[in-house]
Amino acid sequence: MVRSALSVVTYPLQLAADQPIELIRATQVQFASTDTLRTENASLHRENLLLKARIQQFDALEAENARLRDLLGSSLDLGERVVIAEIMAVELAPYRQQVMVNKGTKSGVFIGQPVLDANAVMGQVIRATPFSSIVLLITDADHALPVEVNRNGLRTIAAGTGLSQELELLYIPKNADIKVDDLLVTSGMDGRFPAGYPVARVKTVRQDPDNPFTTVIAEPTARLDRSREVLLVWNLSETSRQQALAADAPPAGGAE
Amino acid sequence: MKKRRTGGKLWAAMLTLTLALYLTILPLSAWPLDQRPPWVVLALLFWCFAAPGRVGVLVGFFTGLLLDVLTGTLLGQNALALSVTAYLALILRPRIRIFPLWQQTFFIWLILLVERLLTLWVIGATGEPMPPLSYWTPSLIGMLLWPFMSLLLDPIERRLGAD
Repeated sequence: MVRSALSVVTYPLQLAADQPIELIRATQVQFASTDTLRTENASLHRENLLLKARIQQFDALEAENARLRDLLGSSLDLGERVVIAEIMAVELAPYRQQVMVNKGTKSGVFIGQPVLDANAVMGQVIRATPFSSIVLLITDADHALPVEVNRNGLRTIAAGTGLSQELELLYIPKNADIKVDDLLVTSGMDGRFPAGYPVARVKTVRQDPDNPFTTVIAEPTARLDRSREVLLVWNLSETSRQQALAADAPPAGGAE
Repeated sequence: MKKRRTGGKLWAAMLTLTLALYLTILPLSAWPLDQRPPWVVLALLFWCFAAPGRVGVLVGFFTGLLLDVLTGTLLGQNALALSVTAYLALILRPRIRIFPLWQQTFFIWLILLVERLLTLWVIGATGEPMPPLSYWTPSLIGMLLWPFMSLLLDPIERRLGAD
């Protein structure tokens, strides 16, 4: 309560801190040469074409997937609502992996909300104030995320290490089938992150004699320290969202 | 007349503290956060010395709360540290002000260390990851800045007279 009230007072200061970077970016755009813009435009066109081609496939696959799930008798949550937020250039506490984004409870952001970028899972909202919120990245030493190996469904937990390019997989037995370059995706067992989003790629698999488990280090596929826009996702069922809201009781402005 | 001037001082203190808060969250990617001067603590110490009747524990507490909200730390972590800093500054002020400059600087360093220690204690008690050794560098940088701040302090004190 105190925090969200005070955050209204401090918001102008944070906005002001964000301004110099904004200004630099605006100037860069202003002075970008026509040539650069043309190449960028061309490459975007190409990418768009590629994505369109892929989405045609995706539609067919989605329909097939839904059919198969119907056969299995499990339901599929489709039509996620997404809001794009921008990361604000504001310094937060040192030694933590946190970022501040420019959407808050006024846009319906809630605590525990999954945050993605174009490539993968980035983190979750831990604090939501009216105009901004703070996102804990998956690499923070306090963060752990249930994942599974995409190749064979082996479930494990990806814990942050406090370093921006490293995740550690916990409790992997010595004989587990895990290899370098395996893709890890969210398993959805936490009821918070949607299942099936890419998280990280295994970088090293090591057998330490003093460790009863296999030491596995993975590198996040999300561009944690380079992304500027992030996606805030609503996909939780109504009940689990209510639980998430009740746990921390932020003012639920403009929900859904 | 005098009263009005001290009121102006409170405004100046507020302005300096706001500027210090701004500098704390200003992103300068080439300058890591743990190697910057402790702007807020220095500004608070300065005004505790310059206007002890106006700026004290309460101002320290609320500045700390704002700093907590700004940087997303545990609410009250910086508030505690800054309240104690302000208290120490007010208690030690009469003694420190008659010391020669190098001794003053040493005492300021001690106060800055106490601030770091309190924050570290909160970090440890809440189970956050322990910061590396560079955690202590702001106190050293703050200590090096104090002689310059002391030069600024003298004319302000002289203008107000002893109070």
